[in-house]
Amino acid sequence: MRYLLNRFLFLILSLWAAVTINFVLPRMMPGNPAGIMFAKFQGKLTPSAIKALEAAFGFNHKPMIVQYVDYVKGLLTGHWGLSFTYFPTPVTSVIGSSLPWTLGLVGLSTIISVIVGTALGILIAWRRAGLLDSILPTTLMFLQSMPAFWVAFMLVYIFGFMLSWFPMSHAYSDMLTLAPTIPVAFSVLYHAVLPGVTIFLTSLSGWMIGMRNNMINTLGDDYVVFAEAKGVPAKRLMFTYAARNAILPQVTSFAIALGNVVSGSILVEDVFSYPGIGYQLVTAVTNEDYPLIQSTFLIIAAAVLFANFLVDVLLVRLDPRVRTGGAGA
Amino acid sequence: MSVNLQNSSPVNEATSRPRDKRWNALRDFFSNPKAAVGAGIFGFFVILGILGPFIRPYGPEESSFLPNEAPSAQHWMGTTGLGQDVFSQFLSGTHITLIVGVGSGVISTFLALLIGVTAGYRGGWTDAILSGLMNIFLVMPGLALLIVIESYVKNSTPLLNGLIIGLTSWAWGARVLRSQTMSLIGRDFVLAAKLSGMSTFRIMALEIVPNMLSIVAANLMYACLGGILAESGLAFLGFENLNTPSWGTILYWANSNGAMMGGAWWWFVPPGLAIAFVGLSFTLMNFSVDQMTNPRLRETGRRTRRARTYTRA
Repeated sequence: MRYLLNRFLFLILSLWAAVTINFVLPRMMPGNPAGIMFAKFQGKLTPSAIKALEAAFGFNHKPMIVQYVDYVKGLLTGHWGLSFTYFPTPVTSVIGSSLPWTLGLVGLSTIISVIVGTALGILIAWRRAGLLDSILPTTLMFLQSMPAFWVAFMLVYIFGFMLSWFPMSHAYSDMLTLAPTIPVAFSVLYHAVLPGVTIFLTSLSGWMIGMRNNMINTLGDDYVVFAEAKGVPAKRLMFTYAARNAILPQVTSFAIALGNVVSGSILVEDVFSYPGIGYQLVTAVTNEDYPLIQSTFLIIAAAVLFANFLVDVLLVRLDPRVRTGGAGA
Repeated sequence: MSVNLQNSSPVNEATSRPRDKRWNALRDFFSNPKAAVGAGIFGFFVILGILGPFIRPYGPEESSFLPNEAPSAQHWMGTTGLGQDVFSQFLSGTHITLIVGVGSGVISTFLALLIGVTAGYRGGWTDAILSGLMNIFLVMPGLALLIVIESYVKNSTPLLNGLIIGLTSWAWGARVLRSQTMSLIGRDFVLAAKLSGMSTFRIMALEIVPNMLSIVAANLMYACLGGILAESGLAFLGFENLNTPSWGTILYWANSNGAMMGGAWWWFVPPGLAIAFVGLSFTLMNFSVDQMTNPRLRETGRRTRRARTYTRA
């Protein structure tokens, strides 16, 4: 219980840090470029919208601490400002329409990548120093060294442009209107193949090598050696004895890797013009849409932080040592 | 074990031992074929990067050639859609990208050392605060943060980007070095240094850091790779002064000038492959460092290795 409370406090602390970064950055930069953008919209905004923007970017001359309290208050009451790009749409609705795309694409391809990578890791650890163990890590390592956006670019070039097997951009066909029908679902899946494969391929080797190393460490443990001497069948030894324990560090690295996966997906979404939150962030920066920049960053950070918290909670269920505060916590 | 390396230097027995070990570590490192290949690839790019500005056949911005030409004897990597020589741009890009990557890696590793070792050595409140900071930076999505910073810094140069990347990417290294410091703190030689009245800073710099150099090296390599990837990503998105030829900006121009639709693969394949090869070289070198620090990962079969450990024990 104490562990969970601890993790919850960390979640709050890190969320607060993300909010504070958002608050401090525009005030730290020389010239405050947001101000120039802000001036262009001055005539078109309602007084309450102006107040929200002032609080967010610091154009009024109130003391810093008052500005800060106003800003946090605005965030908590849902006054996140209006997007300049999609004026006068509130940024919250822009984010609401793009977040599901990212969650679906990144979430699904990451989960597939974790499962396949972990399974491969178990396999090559067992067939240690075999053919697979020497070929697979090197090949996948080379794949992982490639920048995700370039892999995306190459996949679009080969499978989208040259072979025309898959669509080159967007999340669904322009001919269709978004509705929960079968053709739309098919189109969405079809469009998700290339970006999904990119995220899958570029993150696979991390999971595989991590699992391989954990397995090798566990296979050297006394209880596994004993079980082997006792005559436990190989399959049972591999899955029920070694893999169960070796998988725990994978869960922890999953939490840490999430931030990287999300970062990579920003670039992948940009290559495919995939209407997710990362694409929205890049577009917002190009259009100098500061309210949208701030909010997308906050949402991306919050999503990663929440996912981290969920992993911590999951870990309590998986690893009794965490619960009792014993070794390895 | 040969000890003649130290013969000329006036060091006493106690300090010469670990240094001798370090030379052996270096020899171990290169005796691993993976690490040797990795070091070779990286060395190749370093030489290209140093000589690049001198050996490039044309100016990187010179645009007097036929556009979209396939590779030929005159243009080893063809020409861009604007009639520039891709090979010359690539060489200049190697120079800049490596400087930024290695520079940000060095900054990041230095911060990781400073923060990680201090947190681990001091413990208590210092540790609590620094660890909190570490964990927050660790879970923050790095690229998103970088993009937000870029939105306020207009027309950032590659060097400025490298600085920003270095300042935001130290957390992972700091965490690793902190736990390593904590495991060294109870050792006799640290205690001896404390009792002999060495200052805290000297103990950290002269006793603790030299004993985890392989981990620092691994961290430096990861940080350099991360720096190169982050800088290329930012440049590819267009958040960098686009007139400086780095690998990322070449890819940006290839993307925005429709290299793909023109079938000009020679424009966007070389920079990406180069990043991949530099990344691969770091990973290969790291494999070897990993194996030196974690003996269980040594490349022997499961059974033979176990038999050996048991006979030794």
